[in-house]
Amino acid sequence: MTTAPIVKTSSWSPPHKAGNAEAQEAFHFSEENRAKLNQAIARYPEGRAASAVLWALYLAQDQNGGWLSEAAIVHVAEVLAMAPIRVQEVARFYTMLNTENKGRWRVQVCRTTPCWLRGSDKITAACLKAAGVSHLGEVSADGAVSVEEVECLGGCCNAPVMQINDREYYEDLSPEQAGEIVRDLRQDKLPTHSGSQTGRIASEPVGDKP
Amino acid sequence: MLAESDKVFRNLHGQADWQLAGAQSRGVWQNTAALLAQGREEIISKVKDSGLRGRGGAGFPTGLKWSFMPKEEGEFPHYLVINADESEPGSCKDREILRNDPHLLLEGCLIAGFAMGAHKAYIYIRGEYWLPLQRLEEAIAEARTAGLLGDNAAGSGFAFDIEVTRGAGAYICGEETALLESMEGKKGMPRLKPPFPAGVGLWGCPTTVNNVETIAVVPTILRRGSDWWSNLGRPKNTGTKIYSISGAVETPCNVEEELGIPLRDLIEQHAGGVIGGWDELQAVVPGGSSMPLLPKHICDDLLMDFDTLASHQSGLGTAAVIVMDKKTDLIEAVGRFAHFYMHESCGQCTPCREGCGWMYRIMKRFSAGQGRAEDLDLLWQVSRQVEGHTICAFGDAAAWPIQGLMRHFRPLLESRIVQAESVTKSPTGEGGAPASVEAIASASSAATPATPEAVLKD
Ligand SMILES: Cc1cc2nc3c(=O)[nH]c(=O)nc-3n(C[C@H](O)[C@H](O)[C@H](O)COP(=O)(O)O)c2cc1C
Ligand code: SF4
Ligand code: FES
Repeated sequence: MTTAPIVKTSSWSPPHKAGNAEAQEAFHFSEENRAKLNQAIARYPEGRAASAVLWALYLAQDQNGGWLSEAAIVHVAEVLAMAPIRVQEVARFYTMLNTENKGRWRVQVCRTTPCWLRGSDKITAACLKAAGVSHLGEVSADGAVSVEEVECLGGCCNAPVMQINDREYYEDLSPEQAGEIVRDLRQDKLPTHSGSQTGRIASEPVGDKP
Repeated sequence: MLAESDKVFRNLHGQADWQLAGAQSRGVWQNTAALLAQGREEIISKVKDSGLRGRGGAGFPTGLKWSFMPKEEGEFPHYLVINADESEPGSCKDREILRNDPHLLLEGCLIAGFAMGAHKAYIYIRGEYWLPLQRLEEAIAEARTAGLLGDNAAGSGFAFDIEVTRGAGAYICGEETALLESMEGKKGMPRLKPPFPAGVGLWGCPTTVNNVETIAVVPTILRRGSDWWSNLGRPKNTGTKIYSISGAVETPCNVEEELGIPLRDLIEQHAGGVIGGWDELQAVVPGGSSMPLLPKHICDDLLMDFDTLASHQSGLGTAAVIVMDKKTDLIEAVGRFAHFYMHESCGQCTPCREGCGWMYRIMKRFSAGQGRAEDLDLLWQVSRQVEGHTICAFGDAAAWPIQGLMRHFRPLLESRIVQAESVTKSPTGEGGAPASVEAIASASSAATPATPEAVLKD
């Protein structure tokens, strides 16, 4: 139980940085992603393609290396017949959508009270150290990872928790394990197993062997 | 303790097969058609009789809510929307249902959908829940293949299907109208009510939004009877509930128990007790971050149900119990909630957008031991100006944890005030009167960000 000061942080993406050359690159969905998007659109009634915008942005973000360029947003707008500004708004409203390049691996350490009560500060510190960066949000020199703090991931009974990109959770973490995961990610090596790192199946009490 | 045989969630901890075969072996998707054959009115009246109250936080009677839907399907289709956005700090119960027993939810969707004349349900799952999303999609595919969903769902003659929608990281999308906006492809900004979703909901159609746990318990209630459910728990607070116990306990866990279980039993029998023993307890947040924390002396013999907690000016919320021991710095703990609300405000209402930033910054000062004499009154007044003055209940949720801290732990805050006597004392030597909110607002306007972006970036 630590008593560190409230860390100054935000996972809110700032607006697009002027002069970001990558932002100007063209973007088109791959055939595979276009097909997936069509499946998503088919989940909603006729004429409600805009309802698939989050699916579309996830697909675009994945294809674009983890973030949404201006071109990607414009393309999504075109495909869904939405005004680009509406898609831009959505992309900036939701924290899991990045309008900035945050590296291939975005390590998101939960900072909210239940995780903090179980040592999330130490997890963040270990991740920053392993990534070789000095502050939250900074992308490592090799472009591989960035470390962020996010709000409650909804895994509080397995605190501390972190998430990589929009995928797996790593739970019941020790600072050593967190550091190791980040070091591996810099080599593009994903951890061998996700979920609890102490061998719990889910959120059963420790020692409660079913 | 709740008897094993009375548990609804028999694979809560993922100890057995989560897929269709496993679920069927636990009784899910058995005789579903017979349950539907009772008819809509009968199902709704049985749910009413059971006393089931919504598990999404507000505790609204479920059967009553269903009865608000138009009796007959008119020009517009009806929709059932499942709220799987679970983002209330401390709460992680729906995740276990979604990943360990998704078929319980799917069967509940069919029954609830049928009862409300909805042929389609959408499950809105928070974007971060990757594994639960995969399992949910797979479970739906299994159910379709087995004919449990489709034109003749589970052999009932009723056409019903379920689709999943994935959120993308925004707590506010758990608010039901924000969720609907999000589903329509917009920013998740809550709508003004009325109209209520039962009249004008998803794409303007009659819609009911229910929590995952609420819907997942319905099939079992219908199988075992309203009386079985209403005999569990306490009057007006019936049935079982999944509690998420986190923080300073030996073995944090999710557990299904009766409503009204004593908090101390819950923590000691299921979560291994407070670290260092019950006497080490300092405070408990009984229902997720929005619910005011309660000091140990109230916790000593507290019953965990909607009405008991409300009588202590707190609430059951999502039954997420966050335990804080004597080593916990409560100001930092609540300050982190304040940071959460500042980050998650959708920015639509001025009191919420600005007030959450204010509350966070004042809490940060206290946390750093830099509180100013006037900050106590300021904090209280700001919280009162946010509470009840906003479009959605987020404003209340942001204000209550602060008010709880001030109600029960004011001396702690006072101990963090900078003792700069020379500044606060008037020339006569008397303590300076606390400035009004307005005065402080204008005096510190340079430091008060005016835009939501600035507030959120603090
Ligand atoms: C700010 C805010 C966040 C909410 N988050 C959730 C949530 O994550 N999950 C949920 O089921 N209900 C949440 N709710 C409550 C929903 O608005 C709605 O009342 C609930 O889903 C209804 O389901 P129930 O009747 O089954 O409880 C939230 C409400 C507010 C005001
Ligand atoms: S109360 Fe806050 S979250 Fe709710 S609508 Fe207003 S600004 Fe948005
Ligand atoms: S506080 Fe970290 S998962 Fe909830």
